[in-house]
Amino acid sequence: MITNDNPYIPYNATVEDTWYETGGERAIKTFKVVLDDEAVRKDWNHRPGQCAMIGVLGVGESMISISCSPTEGEFLRFSVMRMGKVTQALHQLETGDKMTVRGPYGNSFPLDEWQGKHILTIGGGIGQAPMRPIVEYVKANYGDYGGLTMIYGARTSGDLCFKGEFEDMAQDDELSCHLTIDVEEEDWDHNVGFVPSMLMDLNPSPENTIAITCGPPIMIRFVLENLKKLGFEDAQIYTTLENRMKCGVGKCGRCNAGGMYVCKDGPVFNYATLKEIPEAFA
Amino acid sequence: MSAMLLNKEKWPEFVGKLAGKNLWVPRADGDVISFAPAAEGEAPDLEYSNSRVPPKQAVFPQTETLFRFKVEGEDLEVPQIEDQIVLLGVRPCDARAMTIIDKLFSWDENDPYYLKRREMVTMIGLACTEPGLNCFCTSVGGSPASTDGLDLLIVDLGENYLLEAVTEKGEAVLKDTADLLDETTDDPIQQKEKIIKEAEQKIKRSVDPEGVPEGLPRLWEDPLWQRVSASCLGCGTCTFLCPTCHCFDIQDETEGFESRRCRTWDSCMFEEYTLHTSGHNPRATRRERTRNRINHKYSYYVDKFDVIACVGCGRCINLCPVNIDIVNILGQVKEAL
Repeated sequence: MITNDNPYIPYNATVEDTWYETGGERAIKTFKVVLDDEAVRKDWNHRPGQCAMIGVLGVGESMISISCSPTEGEFLRFSVMRMGKVTQALHQLETGDKMTVRGPYGNSFPLDEWQGKHILTIGGGIGQAPMRPIVEYVKANYGDYGGLTMIYGARTSGDLCFKGEFEDMAQDDELSCHLTIDVEEEDWDHNVGFVPSMLMDLNPSPENTIAITCGPPIMIRFVLENLKKLGFEDAQIYTTLENRMKCGVGKCGRCNAGGMYVCKDGPVFNYATLKEIPEAFA
Repeated sequence: MSAMLLNKEKWPEFVGKLAGKNLWVPRADGDVISFAPAAEGEAPDLEYSNSRVPPKQAVFPQTETLFRFKVEGEDLEVPQIEDQIVLLGVRPCDARAMTIIDKLFSWDENDPYYLKRREMVTMIGLACTEPGLNCFCTSVGGSPASTDGLDLLIVDLGENYLLEAVTEKGEAVLKDTADLLDETTDDPIQQKEKIIKEAEQKIKRSVDPEGVPEGLPRLWEDPLWQRVSASCLGCGTCTFLCPTCHCFDIQDETEGFESRRCRTWDSCMFEEYTLHTSGHNPRATRRERTRNRINHKYSYYVDKFDVIACVGCGRCINLCPVNIDIVNILGQVKEAL
């Protein structure tokens, strides 16, 4: 664990590589980032599902999912949608530029507990960012898990993140990768339809399986409904929440969903817990 | 711990002895009382109900610098908090409030700015003999002479002040001012007990929090939230003036080539507080925000830190421009349970 007695002081980091995942108004850009200080870098040990406060000095910080697994190497990846002041400033950054990083924050997916089970990730849009570290982690530890199924969808093929990785995934016999887009496109040889419908079509068995979902609220709602129809118990379902955050360390107050601080008690929640939190789906 | 008497005639001298440190005193400007650093020779008048802004501002400033940096620079300069602070004339509810928010600022990860100031502060309290119209401290675990969070308690006995040390810091104040103080006998102590009992009886407002922390979640969709928030303007006065409210925003500011990252008080009553950049807002209306304020103080905080995050100071009632009244809300909560 990193020992830093002032949780508001960020680490300096350098953008090692950056590329656009999607285009348009709300483009998504991925940053591969390396922490500048060697000791901090060695000490940094995030787990899939955790987030970090990333920012630009003079502009501010945003809480962003860490979209890589620690098994991938001594770097961090963030996939950021251009939305507000901070994310606009982040989008200006190019290879070699500096950003700040604080974290890692929050709990994580209990991947140790899930050993021996089949892992089913169901992502939509930018919601695939916190799913990706699970996929990468399981890929690096196939022997420990009972298999991996990935469902990922977006409005159009242009809105899918991590496109460059799907070809390798198609070659991977252990991974069952299912892509879908909302409306028909030329040259698209995967599924067409919404993510929750695709889940029903695939009809995965709930037996010894853990389902994790993240995406737009409306998608999550129907995915949860459909998982229940397929026979999944609440305790077999996980999701990850986001709320506006400023501190990341359970002080500034705003990220609470009911009595839970999303930055501390989350972002990962088991559905059995989550359905008892009145504001969780607000 | 020891107790001493101070004749009121020696009050200015007593204050003078404290003035070597960073002394904050209550000061009247018209009918508004505020805590502020004492001017030279200033001896505060202790005949006041309470300050408008709680003295938490001395340890949790409305705006404070987390660090400074140069534009395009990477080096961060963190301000050092080294000054001793003496807060003179703190009401017991406000001192107790700090012990309540101490829990938030020290859970899981320490907040070094707040905790350092707390360490540097000596709190000299003033027992309440004339509680305000909307005081209800006795309902939520406090009392007019509660010493929670105080280092020294002053009780007005008419001709004299009784000074009771609560901590070693309080003992140190008695030691530093020893030449002005007189030994006390049992009489003043008994007189104090009587005065405090009378003060307690003067408190007219009350709530009964029994069953509220565990009951509030059951009232999530109750029509009472619509009722109690219908007139809310969303001005945030209730939270800005609350001694236990601790929420803050973090922003970067730049002037010329000098930048700083600072934090400022924020309020859960503001729409922007929870507004996502996508435009989605998990607490989109004042109904939800009022419900969150009450749940946070009377349920979530109790779950997490085992104490109600309200000390019954009455500020949110006294100063709400549309007379929203937390005692009344809690009454409706009790009724609905």
